[in-house]
Amino acid sequence: MAAAESLRARLLHDVTACGDGFNPAPQAPSLPAVSTLPPRPRPAALSPSRGGGALHRFANPGRFLRLTDRLLPWLWGAALLVLAVGAAWALAFSPPDWQQGETVRIMYVHVPMAWLAMGGYAGLAVASLLSLVWRHPLADLAARELSPAGAMVTALCLVTGSLWGRPMWGTWWAWDARMTSVLVLFFLWVGHAALVRAFDDEERGARAGAILALIGAVNLPVIKWSVDWFNTLHQSASVVRLGGPAMHVEMLYPLLICAVGFTLAFAALVLARTRAAVMEKRVRQLQLAQARRHEADA
Amino acid sequence: MKLSRKRRRLWVVVLAGLGLGTATALALTAFQDNLVFFLAPSDIAAKHPAPDRAFRLGGLVVAGSLQRDQTPDGKPEARFRVTDGPATIPVRYVGVLPDLFREGQGVVALGKLGTDGQFRASEVLARHDETYMPPEVAEALKRTGHWDPAKGAPPPAASWNTLEPAAASATPARPGT
Repeated sequence: MAAAESLRARLLHDVTACGDGFNPAPQAPSLPAVSTLPPRPRPAALSPSRGGGALHRFANPGRFLRLTDRLLPWLWGAALLVLAVGAAWALAFSPPDWQQGETVRIMYVHVPMAWLAMGGYAGLAVASLLSLVWRHPLADLAARELSPAGAMVTALCLVTGSLWGRPMWGTWWAWDARMTSVLVLFFLWVGHAALVRAFDDEERGARAGAILALIGAVNLPVIKWSVDWFNTLHQSASVVRLGGPAMHVEMLYPLLICAVGFTLAFAALVLARTRAAVMEKRVRQLQLAQARRHEADA
Repeated sequence: MKLSRKRRRLWVVVLAGLGLGTATALALTAFQDNLVFFLAPSDIAAKHPAPDRAFRLGGLVVAGSLQRDQTPDGKPEARFRVTDGPATIPVRYVGVLPDLFREGQGVVALGKLGTDGQFRASEVLARHDETYMPPEVAEALKRTGHWDPAKGAPPPAASWNTLEPAAASATPARPGT
């Protein structure tokens, strides 16, 4: 038992603490640098002299692990606190709508999910750009871990919208421009998640996923302005519109608080997933190094 | 000038993005007429769709035009007029209307236009506008004569979206306060 504990602690230490690259084994300097990656330029963090310092400050996986280790508990705490306040306000203290009645409370989940689905996709596009152009070593992992979470919030947006549409509009679904473009966004998320995992060579998968993500980004303005460009069943924007929000503040404030809370929780979830992915990669490198050492000994 | 590899990749992405964006914009402009979910009454007046073609009609329910009735076999029947300003089309619908349906509200009806100019709807969906307000605020706006929901959209949001329900009634038209 104690041995297992100490082994676990040792492994955790090896995985999280040492080394700044994905290869966490500087304690075995006799070995040639082992890497499952095909020869790619070393993470630029190791050669900060090559410019782009600000961009690459967070490219260093070791620094990312140390930073998020301190940040994540605060992020989860803030998310829970804000969500608790937002949920209480939205579900109990905010007024019903004058014609929708209590059904309007679906909005406090539906709208933040819609914003997150689009904001998250914008984040995916930025990560893909960083990965394609600057070969940012963390961007691939962040993109890979972002897409399942993004698919989840987009699915929640579609489901809550459907549950809301049935009593209000009289239908679960309509093929209007807003709903169809959000469904396309959902398929883009799922497609990205599947594509980056479909290659044996992780880097090729990341490259293909990044290209897909950037192409899919044209869908974002289409979603945003679909309700203005086309005749849709979905109403036009209530909050981000010329002439101020068409929503009374007693509903607007809890909506904004819920949006902040869900965003914090989403960020914490994606950061935690990315941390796990970095550590997983390091564990694999450690195991590989160990296997090679055994091979060399034999 | 020799570009660095990063710079070259950046240009490739930027050019590809420009091309893709232009292509999407052109495609959307070209398809704009075909991507409509519904036709407004003035579109119908201009296009005269064939009587056997099913399509969706969208617009506002004219104030005072709704007549609820019953068909001989006991089904609820509704007659109302749908307008977008320049044109108005009478609609007949047999079935249960959605909760949100009311005069002054947007509707989308699926059906066929008869030769007599009446639209026979097989499905009616209510369209919600972008405004959200508590019942008291809506009451205050109605009481002070700033808004008659049956006549159309509420006044500009800035006049009522603040915390003070009284703000809606602070402006004139209310003697004695």
